[in-house]
Amino acid sequence: MLRIDCPWCGPRDQTEFSYGGEAHIVRPAEPETLSDEAWGDYLFNRKNTKGRFLEQWCHTAGCRRWFNAVRDSQSYQIEAVYRIGEQPPEGIVK
Amino acid sequence: MKAQRLPSGGRINRGRPIEFSFNDRNYQGFEGDTLASGLLANGLRLFGRSFKYHRPRGVFGSGSEEPNAIVQLGEGASTVPNLKATQVELFDGLSASTVVGWPSLQFDLYAINNRIGRLLPAGFYYKTFMRPRFLWGWYEGHIRRAAGLGHAPTGPDNDRYDKRNAHCDVLVVGAGPAGLMAALVAGRSGARVIVADEQAEMGGDLLSSTQYVSGIAAWAFLEGLLKELSSMDNVLLLPRSTVSGYYDHNFLVINQRRTDHRGSMGNTVARERNWRVRARQVVLATGAIERGLVFADNDRPGVMLSSAVRTYINRYAVRLASTGAVFTNNDSAYQTAVDMHDAGMEVKGLIDIRHKPPEERLSQMDALGIPVYAGHGVGGTKSSRRGLRAVELCRLSPDGRDVLAQKGLLDCQLLAISGGWNPAIHLHCQSGGQPRYDDSRACFLPGDSVQSERSAGSARGSFQLDNCLRDGIDAAKNALRETGQVPVNIDYPFVSGGVGSGIEPMWNVPDGVLPGRGGRKFVDYQNDTTVADIVLAAREGYRSIEHVKRYTALGFGTDQGKTGNINGLAILAEHLGQSIPATGTTTFRPNYTPVTFGAIAGRELGAVHFDPVRKTPMHHWHVARGAVFENVGQWKRPWYYPEPGETIESAVSRECLATRKGVGLLDASTLGKIEIRGSDAAEFLNRIYTNAWSKLEINRCRYGLMLGDDGMVMDDGVSSRLSENHYYMTTTTGGAAHVLAWMERWHQTEWPELKVYFTSVTDRWAVASIAGPNSRLLLGQLCSDIDLSVDAFPFMSLREGTVAGITARVFRISFSGELAYEINVPADDGVALWESLMEAGGEFDITPYGTETMHVLRAEKGYVIVGQDTDGSVTPADLGMDWIVSKTKDFIGKRSLVRSDMLRENRKQFVGLVTDQPATVLPEGTQLVNEPSTEYPVPMTGHVTSSYYSPVLGHSIALALVKGGRSRLGGSVYAPTLDGQLIKATITNSVFYDPENKLHKT
Repeated sequence: MLRIDCPWCGPRDQTEFSYGGEAHIVRPAEPETLSDEAWGDYLFNRKNTKGRFLEQWCHTAGCRRWFNAVRDSQSYQIEAVYRIGEQPPEGIVK
Repeated sequence: MKAQRLPSGGRINRGRPIEFSFNDRNYQGFEGDTLASGLLANGLRLFGRSFKYHRPRGVFGSGSEEPNAIVQLGEGASTVPNLKATQVELFDGLSASTVVGWPSLQFDLYAINNRIGRLLPAGFYYKTFMRPRFLWGWYEGHIRRAAGLGHAPTGPDNDRYDKRNAHCDVLVVGAGPAGLMAALVAGRSGARVIVADEQAEMGGDLLSSTQYVSGIAAWAFLEGLLKELSSMDNVLLLPRSTVSGYYDHNFLVINQRRTDHRGSMGNTVARERNWRVRARQVVLATGAIERGLVFADNDRPGVMLSSAVRTYINRYAVRLASTGAVFTNNDSAYQTAVDMHDAGMEVKGLIDIRHKPPEERLSQMDALGIPVYAGHGVGGTKSSRRGLRAVELCRLSPDGRDVLAQKGLLDCQLLAISGGWNPAIHLHCQSGGQPRYDDSRACFLPGDSVQSERSAGSARGSFQLDNCLRDGIDAAKNALRETGQVPVNIDYPFVSGGVGSGIEPMWNVPDGVLPGRGGRKFVDYQNDTTVADIVLAAREGYRSIEHVKRYTALGFGTDQGKTGNINGLAILAEHLGQSIPATGTTTFRPNYTPVTFGAIAGRELGAVHFDPVRKTPMHHWHVARGAVFENVGQWKRPWYYPEPGETIESAVSRECLATRKGVGLLDASTLGKIEIRGSDAAEFLNRIYTNAWSKLEINRCRYGLMLGDDGMVMDDGVSSRLSENHYYMTTTTGGAAHVLAWMERWHQTEWPELKVYFTSVTDRWAVASIAGPNSRLLLGQLCSDIDLSVDAFPFMSLREGTVAGITARVFRISFSGELAYEINVPADDGVALWESLMEAGGEFDITPYGTETMHVLRAEKGYVIVGQDTDGSVTPADLGMDWIVSKTKDFIGKRSLVRSDMLRENRKQFVGLVTDQPATVLPEGTQLVNEPSTEYPVPMTGHVTSSYYSPVLGHSIALALVKGGRSRLGGSVYAPTLDGQLIKATITNSVFYDPENKLHKT
C-alpha cells in the first residue's frame, strides 16, 4: 500500500485516495474545431509509461482535493506531489 | 533404543508437565515444548506420510521450514489444518492428528504409489487424466483423497481476530542475535522500535547455542538483552509474530498469534492480530535456513537438518537417538557432532563431502573419538519400521561426481545433514530487492535495497555469531542515521567458540548406480519432488525455474520450499549447463508463512462492513407497513406494499391504479441532492448539463442530462434555482456520489477559475412525493401558505412554505406523468410529514407505493432511467432527446455527439414495444430479432431495457433500444424467449400513457 503525501493534508495511506490517470491532459478549448482523430486522441489515448509518470490523484476520503504526483510506475516511488495548475518540480521530468 | 529426554538442560519447564494427544494416543511433554519436540522426546519418529508416494516421514526441521511433520490441530469449527508440528506449542489437552495417511498413518493403502512410483513422474496427472474429459470428476475425487493435506473447518469460525495499525522508527524482523542487538541500539537511542519474531521465545540461534558471549553463556547474555529491551517503553516486543509481507513504501504486515499456545480461549480475546505497520526503517534480521543434502532415500524418519538436531538437543533437551552420524559439506555441522556427543549419543561418524576439511575441525573430532570420513558421501539409506537404521558410505571421486568405492553400512538411527545455509531473503525480495548469488558462500544474498531496509546477520550471509552481533549493531546505527536520529554507541560483544562456514557445495550426491535405478533423491519433501522429476522437466524442455516449479511442484506447499528450493534450482542449472545466477530464483511473494483467513478478515465480517446499508428517515414506517424492500445502490427502498394475500403483481396493480385515479405517496428521500452555490454556478451547470441554465428563473426547475465527454448519457435529474447564485441539483439514487465527484474533478482540474461550491445534502432532506389527480387537494389540506393554483404554482417550479407545520421546499415536478409534488423537509421531520400525509390523505384513499410502481408509472410515460434504459453507449439522440441538447454553447460531451459513429443511421434508438400477447411481459434484457428466422447466426437488432404490465392500459409494455427504431414505428420485431417461443412485438412511440402530456400540467 502506497503512502501518498497529499499537498493539503500530508502523508496518508493509499486507501484514502483515488486514482485519476495521466495528468496534464488539458481539455481542448474549442472542441468543435478538432478533427475526429484529434478529439478521439484527447478522449481515449493515454501514455502507459514505464518509469516516471505524471498522474492525478484525489484525496477522496480526506480533503477531496485533486493534485498531481510524479510516480515511478516500476518502483512505485512517489518522487513529488504538486498542486493542480502547477508544473512538476524542476529537474524531475522534461 | 528410543529417544528420551535428557536428565537436565534445555529451556523446557520440567516443573510443568503437559498432557496432550496425537493420533488418539496420549503423551506427556513440558511447558516450552513444541508438538515436535514433545513427540520426539516420547520416541515418536513417524509423523506423517508424504504427499504423493505416501512414504513414511519424520521431523526434518525445527521451525517454519519444516516440510514433513504437518498436522491438523483440534476439531470442529476451530480446527486448523496443515500446521507444522515444529511450530505448535504444547498446551494441556492439545489434540492433533496427522494429515496424510488413509485409512491410517501406520497402514496407508496409497503407499502403493511408492511401489509404482516409476509410473508417476512429474506431470503424470496432467498427462494421464486429461482424457476422456468426462471422467475428470471421477479421477479428481480419488486424486484428492490420495494427495490431500489437511481438511478445512466445517463450521463458521467462532474465534475473534483483530487488526492494529502502527508506526515505528525501526521495525526489526527477527529476534536472533542480530535483531536483538539492532533493537538494543535503536531502543537505547530513543527510537520507536517494534521487534517481531515468529517463535514463541525470542533469541533465535542464541536459544540453541552453546557459545559464550562477552564472557557469559549465550542464554545468560540473551536473558540480559531481553530484560533490558522489555523495560524500554519505546520498544515493543512481539513474539509469535511473523512478518508475513513486505509491501510498498515500507508497509509491512505482522501476523501475531496470541492464544493458540494456550488452547481455546473462547472469543473474549483476539486469537490472532494482524499488525499493519508503516516503518520508517526496517532491519531484516531474519536469519538463515539450513538446506538439506540430496542423496538416495534421504527422506527416512531419522534424517534431520543438522541445525534442528542441535535445537532439539540444546533447547528441548531431547536425545534424539542412541546412535547417530553427521553428513555435511560445510563446517557448521561439526558443532552438531559435538552436541550429539555431549548429549550422550554414540556418533558413528562425520561424513564430509569435502576431501580436505579444516585441520582444526579434524582435531576437534579426533579429541571426541568421532571418525571423520572426508571425501565421502551417503549413497543410500536403510530403514526399519521405525525409520533410519543405517547409511551406505561411499568414497567419492576428487570432483565429487562419482562414487569410487562402496564402503559398507554405517549403523545409525539419526543422520544430521547440512547442505549449507540459505539466508532468509524472502522479505528483502518482497520489498523489491533482487537477490545476488555468492559463490564462496554458495547461497543467494540480499541485493541492493529498493526500500528503506537493510539486512543484518545470517540474513545477509554473516553466519558466525560474532558477526551477527556486530551486524545488528551496525544495521541499527545505519537505520537511525537515515531517520536523522543519533545512535548510541555499543561495543561489539566478544564471542568465544564457534566454527566457520567453509563450504563446498554438492547439489546432488552420487550413489554409484545407474540413473533411474537407485533410491529416490528427494529435493522437496513436502511435494515429493525428486531429482528425477527436475531432470525430466529439463529434458521435456522446461528452462525457466518458474515453469519447472509449476511442472514438478518444487517449492509449493505450506513450507514454500524453504529447505529444498535452492538445491532444486542448482540441480536444474547443472542439467541445463548454466550457472545458478543465470537460472535465478522463483519469485518471493507474500506471505512468508501461511496466514489464516480469520486474521486477514479481522472484524470486518459480514456484508455490512463492505457495503453500508442506508435507510431513509421513514424506513421504520415502511417496515411497520409490511413493505417489501429492494436494494438501490446502498439504499433500502420500499419495493411494494403488499396487502394480506397480495402477490407483487396484484399489489403493484393496485398501487398504480390508486395513483392514476386518486393519489399515491412515494418515499423519494434517496434521490441524490447537491447544493451548488457561487457566482459562477449557472455557468458551471451550462458546462455540465447538455441544456442551458443561465436563464432559468428563480424558483423554477429544469430537467437536465449529463454526458461523459465521450457523449454518452451519464446521469439525469431535475435542478432548481433557489436564488441568483444558488442551485439545488438532484441526481439518480445510485449516481449521487459519482456526480458529486465528477463535478468536483471538472471544477478543480479544468475550471478552477469558476467560483462555485458543491455540498452533498442527500441525507439532509426527507422527500415525500405525492402523485395523482388528488395530490393538489391533499397538499391543500396541509399547506396554507403556498398558493397551489395552476397559475401561481405551475409545473416545474418550486415554493418554500409550511406543510403539516413543517418548513418545506415543495417542487412541482413529476416522474409519473400525474399532477405531483415533491415535498422536501429536514430529515428529522420526515416521519412527521409522512404520517401527516397519510392521515390527511385518508379521505382521498391515499396509497403508499414503492419503486416497482414508480417504475411502471414512469415507463407508461416513456421516462428513461439512466443505468436501466441506458448502458454507457447511449447518446441523447439515441434516446430521442435532441430537444435537450444545446446547439449554441459547449458542454461536456458535445464534440463527441458529432463523431462519425454517433451519426450512423442504424444506431440503437429508444422506442416502445407492444407485444401481440397482451398478458406477456417480456423479460428485461431480451434480445430482439427482425425475422422469425432459423438461420444461424440470427442478426440481433436490439434489446428490451424495461418491461412491465401496465394496469391502466390493460396490456404489457416494454421499452427497448432497437436499431433505427424511430424510423420503424409500426413495424415488428421478434423476441425469442428462453422457453423457445418467438413473441411478436410492434414498435411504438415510447410514451404509452397521456401522449399529449396534459395530466401533469393540470
